[in-house]
Amino acid sequence: MASLTLRDVAKAYGSTRVIESIDLDITDGEFVVFVGPSGCGKSTLLRMIAGLEEISGGDVSIGDTVVNEVAPAKRGVAMVFQTYALYPHMTVYNNMAFGLKQAKMPKDQIDKRVREAADILDIGPLLDRTPRALSGGQRQRVAIGRAIVREPEVFLFDEPLSNLDAALRVQTRLEIARLHERLGSTMIYVTHDQVEAMTLADKIVVLRGGDIEQVGSPMELYERPQNTFVAQFIGSPKMNFFNHSDLAQTAPPELRQVDEDTIIGIRSEHLSLCSAGEETLSATYELVEQLGEHALVHCTTSGGTEFIAKLDVPPQSGRDVPLYLRVSPDQVHLFNRETGLRK
Amino acid sequence: MAIVAQETKFARIFWPVLAWIVALIFFFPIFWLVLTSFKTDADAVKPEYLIMFQPTLENYLNMTENYDYWRFALNSVITSVFATVFTLFVGVPCAYAMAFNPSRHTKDVLMWMLSTKMLPAAAVLYPMTFLTKNFLGIFDTHFLIILVLSLINLPIVIWMLFTYFKEIPKEIIEAGKMDGVSTWGEIRDILLPLAWGGVASTALLCFIFCWNEAYWTVRLTTTEAATLSKLIEGNRAPEGLFFGRLSAVSTAAVGPIIVLGWFCQKQLVQGLTFGAVK
Repeated sequence: MASLTLRDVAKAYGSTRVIESIDLDITDGEFVVFVGPSGCGKSTLLRMIAGLEEISGGDVSIGDTVVNEVAPAKRGVAMVFQTYALYPHMTVYNNMAFGLKQAKMPKDQIDKRVREAADILDIGPLLDRTPRALSGGQRQRVAIGRAIVREPEVFLFDEPLSNLDAALRVQTRLEIARLHERLGSTMIYVTHDQVEAMTLADKIVVLRGGDIEQVGSPMELYERPQNTFVAQFIGSPKMNFFNHSDLAQTAPPELRQVDEDTIIGIRSEHLSLCSAGEETLSATYELVEQLGEHALVHCTTSGGTEFIAKLDVPPQSGRDVPLYLRVSPDQVHLFNRETGLRK
Repeated sequence: MAIVAQETKFARIFWPVLAWIVALIFFFPIFWLVLTSFKTDADAVKPEYLIMFQPTLENYLNMTENYDYWRFALNSVITSVFATVFTLFVGVPCAYAMAFNPSRHTKDVLMWMLSTKMLPAAAVLYPMTFLTKNFLGIFDTHFLIILVLSLINLPIVIWMLFTYFKEIPKEIIEAGKMDGVSTWGEIRDILLPLAWGGVASTALLCFIFCWNEAYWTVRLTTTEAATLSKLIEGNRAPEGLFFGRLSAVSTAAVGPIIVLGWFCQKQLVQGLTFGAVK
């Protein structure tokens, strides 16, 4: 197990810079999730840590050693690929043993490690099969097993669940969380799915355009997003943004004070129905998505701003009757319109 | 419904018949060649003996006794085998590098290699003969023929291997890197087992091209390294038409490769369709 440090790390292909000078500290045993839209550089960053991508600038250190020039297998990291990348011509056993054989480990020791890993992942009966004969979920376990047997200091996961169906994704997500608890290793996990990030991470790193937007615990990011991008990326449905002119006359005075240059961010789940005269905003609604325990109500303010309110009970009134919604002032996020930064 | 059925019936008869006609047209020269090889030189040119004739083994006996067929055949085997091995030995690492570590110029390099096939061989006949005979002193050696056959086939072999290797997901090679396998290990333990079908059909095609090559093997050899192509060429007697003899030599030259092709049909088809059909 080890800590991991990125100092001023950059990546460029020719003159195209895909990662801009990134600084990041990951402590021993932490579960860190890199999250961001596609093309934000999260996979590239992971591959640089793995050693599959050259580092154009800065230092990557694992423990106290700078590993920029160290071969992937000597860095003490193991990687689980999005496509599993199992060796199709080898049995499950040999897939897991391959790396250990390369390291010239004695046979009985290899056998012990492979069987232990197979026990952890519940794939003991599959050891003699080839990957072709396995289901997607089983292949994913083998890919994780191949990482476990190497007893790495840092696990790297590159969107490991994106090829699984929804039910299996939730199950495997839980298993990865359990695995982290059991092994206590440092894990870095790349995903574009903010739900995976929220549920798995000790620490989330939000990336955009090759730069870090914010680093923090899931709740920190949810409760205090540093800018409009993070505010809308974390949380589902994404945060609603309002203008000063959308507010009702009856809105709390601290909100009435904000100027035209401020974006007012309110999460859907913090909006609730109220009676006329108490409202923060009023709106009409077009569409209700009934999800059982709550409903997503798609609304438009008189100023034309569209937003979603997550309500326990869908509105009973007709579509042209105004809805009165209120929010407690401490659940409002204010951002500078020009810079997008939190005020 | 009736029309559809009629069309289907028509198609069911028409296409197989057409296929047979085409196949027979292709097959006829070989059939005629083999048939002629069992005629005497005198019978071979007489139209009345086209199908009905007194078969004789004279040509074949003559060939093995007087023309030393086995030496030519051995030369063909040696040069084709070694040229194929050498071509793959160079081609596999080369195609591997281009498929998995491409640079900005990989496409250009591939095109450049292919462009060497566009050069008319006759254009370099004089320098090749002069250099190998008077300068390097390797004229009419196995070494020269193996080298020439390798170089002729290298572009097409690299293209074919490149196409096959491209089909292997890059992540599998990267997983190998994470597992600490060396570059040679990647090729030996991961790449070759996965691309085995492609490599085998490439090797087979390369071998056939080497075996059939005539332009250079005829012109760069006299006796020592002369292959079966040279033997056929040598029997194209300028003083007369020894069709029987020529046919026997030709049959004996193409025989081995036809047998080889027959046994490896599946691999060959895969090779010729260039990995398009999996």
